[in-house]
Amino acid sequence: MRPVRVVQGTMVPLPRADIDTDQIIPKQFLTRIERTGYGEFLFWDWSRDGGGAPVDGFFTNDPARRGAKVLVAGDNFGCGSSREHAVWAIQDWGFEAVVAPSFADIFKGNSYQSGLLPVELPAETVTELMMAADDPNAIVTVDLERQIVICGDLQASFEIDPTVRDRLLKGLDAIGLTMEHEAAISAYEAQRPEWLPRSVTE
Amino acid sequence: MPGRTLFEKIWNRHVVTGDDPALLFVDLHLVHEVTSPQAFSGLDFNGRKVRRPELTVATIDHAIPTVDRHVMIRDPQSRKQVDTLRQNCARHGITLFDLDDPRQGIVHVVGPENGFTQPGMVIVCGDSHTSTHGAFGALAFGIGTTEVEHVLATQTIWQRRPKTMAVEVDGELPLGVAAKDMILGILATIGVRGGTGHVIEYRGEAVRGLSMEERMTVCNMSIEGGARAGMIAPDDTTFAYLEGRPHAPKGAAWERALDDWRSITTDPDATFDEVTRVSAPSLIPHVSWGTNPGQTVAVSDVVPSPDHFDDPLERDSAARALEYMDLRPGTPITDIPIDHVFVGSCTNGRISDLREAARVVEGRKVRDGVSAVIVPGSMQVKAQAEKEGLDRIFRDAGFSWRDAGCSSCLAMNPDVIPAGERCASTSNRNYEGRQGRGARTHLVSPAMAAAAAINGHFVDVRDWR
Repeated sequence: MRPVRVVQGTMVPLPRADIDTDQIIPKQFLTRIERTGYGEFLFWDWSRDGGGAPVDGFFTNDPARRGAKVLVAGDNFGCGSSREHAVWAIQDWGFEAVVAPSFADIFKGNSYQSGLLPVELPAETVTELMMAADDPNAIVTVDLERQIVICGDLQASFEIDPTVRDRLLKGLDAIGLTMEHEAAISAYEAQRPEWLPRSVTE
Repeated sequence: MPGRTLFEKIWNRHVVTGDDPALLFVDLHLVHEVTSPQAFSGLDFNGRKVRRPELTVATIDHAIPTVDRHVMIRDPQSRKQVDTLRQNCARHGITLFDLDDPRQGIVHVVGPENGFTQPGMVIVCGDSHTSTHGAFGALAFGIGTTEVEHVLATQTIWQRRPKTMAVEVDGELPLGVAAKDMILGILATIGVRGGTGHVIEYRGEAVRGLSMEERMTVCNMSIEGGARAGMIAPDDTTFAYLEGRPHAPKGAAWERALDDWRSITTDPDATFDEVTRVSAPSLIPHVSWGTNPGQTVAVSDVVPSPDHFDDPLERDSAARALEYMDLRPGTPITDIPIDHVFVGSCTNGRISDLREAARVVEGRKVRDGVSAVIVPGSMQVKAQAEKEGLDRIFRDAGFSWRDAGCSSCLAMNPDVIPAGERCASTSNRNYEGRQGRGARTHLVSPAMAAAAAINGHFVDVRDWR
């Protein structure tokens, strides 16, 4: 995973609450076995009409929005299906952070795993950012090290789990870190009750 | 020492190291074709192995056809994805319930029916409906693909300690009101974000009175309230379901397990971070009218007006949902015509669900113009239904009788609902485009779906005769 320190760039406002992962990346794109190549299908049903033609005005079809780094959305972003493809699609399109009043638990976890920065700010601050984001050239800075978001006169601090922050800043691989606890895992395994199910006999 | 909840007891006994976040040991890792390929390729790329293949079980369910599946999966990408799972399981020594295996089925149906799912366990799967397994008094939750890779490599997972929420369902569930109506009623109460950051324990007289399959329906949709997991304390109903299942403990081990399982229930003096009460006697069959599972009303009610919502965001969301669903405020729910009926999914694809649907259908015909489909949750459910003659009842009525899989619940396979058409569905999500682009989903119980198939519109199954 690449380290995440500062995300700086333009924004895209998506003023809707409860945006589910089925909207972010519809199921017909989940049969791929790769981690990449989802960006062009981001928000497919909102970006294309029934015949597959681009929907005018949706940000994925707006040249002025190309290159944006931060998505600003409503409450409970990423609810529903656990598909990590949703995070991959958002990153693949070019976003490096999502700002919202709240995130669904699984989506937030998946973002941390893939190095997409989910930033929770109070609803009023998100509304302010959304208004600023109407200007496709407005620049926002999300600084993970200082845990602040800056956009023009707006400056807001955000909370993030310190363990996660540290891992994101260093771009560390979770499996490698966990295996430093190999001895503890083995000790745990040695005392598990014998009746617990196994799919095949060892 | 203060009393502890079921959740706290299971959490504490699975901590390998750390506090918050804690590294939890995973007793059972369920795997399917859609969320695992990138996890396996990550392992291969780093030269890692699966730490405990015998604590891992794989099945094929999400993207497979429910007809003629032994011929060939037509979609080349789905076929490649299924073949990839086969290769990954073979290479890493993981048991796979392949398409020719009589145990194949939806991951959250096959775990319990084979006795893998047991009280007190930590269970994960790259699927948000893993909360289903909480019905046994297990801590079970959905994870993403990077976490799937982590569990494959380490048999553990890092977790922040969630908060606890008790949902107390008091009184008795009325006749004709299903477990599905109970969970839809709970979701209407707590909303689609009410459970965020929490693990729910469903409690109370009405919950104790549910069968195991009904409990699975309730726990299954915990994620629809945003909860990390949902669980129900194990009791004699749980033990009776488990006894004799292929992977359940046997002989002296069964007795030891029983003693242990009885000790993990919530202590009388334990407290929850939040408590919500729902009255079972006031529950009625529910039908969803909108595009999230919190947007439901009683079948006897009408489509609500966005003006009924005080919160401006809820109002916008309702207006947008009504537009997508092509519904007018004030329309009686029983006046809504139906084009499709889907009975199946990890929510309502078990044998008791098919029995409920068959009871409604027996001796009747599916309304002209309605396409009605039954997709058993597993091939064992299918075999049992055929033994009981349920398939005949459905076929005679004009239902299509399929092989097991997730099917129209998420429509990754060919069972897609066409744009603009309306489906009464026993599944769990009514999001825009969930069952197909432009498709309109109404979430209901199996009996309500079956009755809608016969009538061509919704009816109150409490009046069924």
